[in-house]
Amino acid sequence: MNQEAFVTRYQPLWDELEAVLDDMELPTLRRRERHSSSPRLPHLYRRLCNHYALARRRRYSPTLVEQLHRLVLRGHQQLYTHRGAWLWQLLIFIIADFPRTLRENLRYFLLALALFLLPALIIGGLCYSNEYFVYSVLDESTVVGMEEMYEPGNEKVGREKGRSAETDFMMFGHYISNNIGIGFRTFALGILAGIGTVFILVFNGVVIGGVAGHLTRVGYTDTFWPFVSGHASLELTAIVISGAAGLIVGHALLTPGQYRRLDALKIRGRVALKLAMGAALMLLGAAFVEAFWSSSGFPSFIKYSVAAALWILVIAYFTFAGRGHYGSR
Amino acid sequence: MMSVQATDNTHYHETPEGIMLQLKLAGPVVRACAWSIDAAIRMVLYSAIGMLFAFFGGVGTAIILIGFFLVEWFYPVIFEIYRGATPGKKAMGIIVVHDNGTPISVPASLIRNLLRVADLFPVLYGAGLLTMLGNRRFQRLGDLVAGTLVIYRERELQEFRIPQVTPKPPPQRLSVEELRNIIAFAERSSRLTVERRIELANQMEPLTGLLGEAAVNELYAYANWLTRGR
Repeated sequence: MNQEAFVTRYQPLWDELEAVLDDMELPTLRRRERHSSSPRLPHLYRRLCNHYALARRRRYSPTLVEQLHRLVLRGHQQLYTHRGAWLWQLLIFIIADFPRTLRENLRYFLLALALFLLPALIIGGLCYSNEYFVYSVLDESTVVGMEEMYEPGNEKVGREKGRSAETDFMMFGHYISNNIGIGFRTFALGILAGIGTVFILVFNGVVIGGVAGHLTRVGYTDTFWPFVSGHASLELTAIVISGAAGLIVGHALLTPGQYRRLDALKIRGRVALKLAMGAALMLLGAAFVEAFWSSSGFPSFIKYSVAAALWILVIAYFTFAGRGHYGSR
Repeated sequence: MMSVQATDNTHYHETPEGIMLQLKLAGPVVRACAWSIDAAIRMVLYSAIGMLFAFFGGVGTAIILIGFFLVEWFYPVIFEIYRGATPGKKAMGIIVVHDNGTPISVPASLIRNLLRVADLFPVLYGAGLLTMLGNRRFQRLGDLVAGTLVIYRERELQEFRIPQVTPKPPPQRLSVEELRNIIAFAERSSRLTVERRIELANQMEPLTGLLGEAAVNELYAYANWLTRGR
């Protein structure tokens, strides 16, 4: 068949496919056939693939071949693209997928926890028992700043001097941008063979442990602990989960197992992303608690009770949510 | 068709239908240009957010901080999901797709943009550039983990008409590749100067036995015969 006859014969089919694709490429709201792909698409597309293959084998003009290739590419994109109800997926993610993914990757979580908690406990203990040890992990101005923030008699606890007048809202914004940013970095730097993640976890453990140990030693317990206990359950757990996500990526890079390194990264990266995004949601909640609850003036015992309730909630969530139905995992 | 694979920037993906999709990969330079445009747009966004909410006290500051955070982390994600490319990439004519040629999904876009932090390491996209130059598909670290490619967007395809002359079969047996080159010559001729047309056609003298304008017309005749038949 010569080119002209070929084109005359199949042009109607290509035109029909093009019309279908034009419609499908529009944003959902402006499409004629909403919520469904055209039932004709697979058939038309496979016919086109056949024509394209023929056109390449025969001595047809490069322009025609290129035209068909573009149509094939568009058809391929519409046929094999992933469509999902994102709101529904988000809900499923929160009530089941996130805790389940964490349980499946428990060993990474435990490793991240150790990397964070051991330095925190060791440095915290040393700072608590030795007056001067804090200066070997933190510089003097930081220590002074921390002491000012949690000085008993400070009208707003947990804020640097001069910041006291600023509203809770502002701190909410600050906690979001700062803490979620740290969470994301903890995850992302895992690609550097896990070194970045390990560094951030240990570094945060050292700093947080040092501050806690020192402030307890100087006796600011009634301001420091009620303030931090409220959001610690969400915030610290989330940072450790971000760390677990980073370790997953780092591990996939170092020991891909039975996959090619690239495939291992892609597969494990998707899993790690779930943990990182879940941790980001937790940090959002933590920012809310920290800005509006932790700094409030309620008596310590109420704050400790709420903190205990939150800890139980977080642990129960990760232990029980998403079990059953799809097989208990 | 795959016998000759030139060292160019084409990435092939075989579809389930056995079709080889050709994706033209975008290199570091064009991507750096796109990044610069995006950086400029981000600067404008930062200052717009900063100026707009500067007068609303604590709440305003909160919105500024959250706005900065969103622009820093999610500016590329939003654009990539809805349009396939950030404004900078769009201006440079490039687009982000999965390595199988399909439009980028939410998880892939999140991964490639969160991992930008690692690509930035230690300074000025050092790790990203090294990684891009170290693999065949110009992928930075984020692209590798997300499984994404940055490719050139298809430009508007121009219709070319082969000049109509009396069809004539080529005098000897030629390979498909050679026949296709004759057709390509006829299609492109409207974009060539007369001198260039003649210059190209003269090289075909062993086949046509002609020179000058006559050789050009002879090739047109073959092309007509090849595409339209007698």
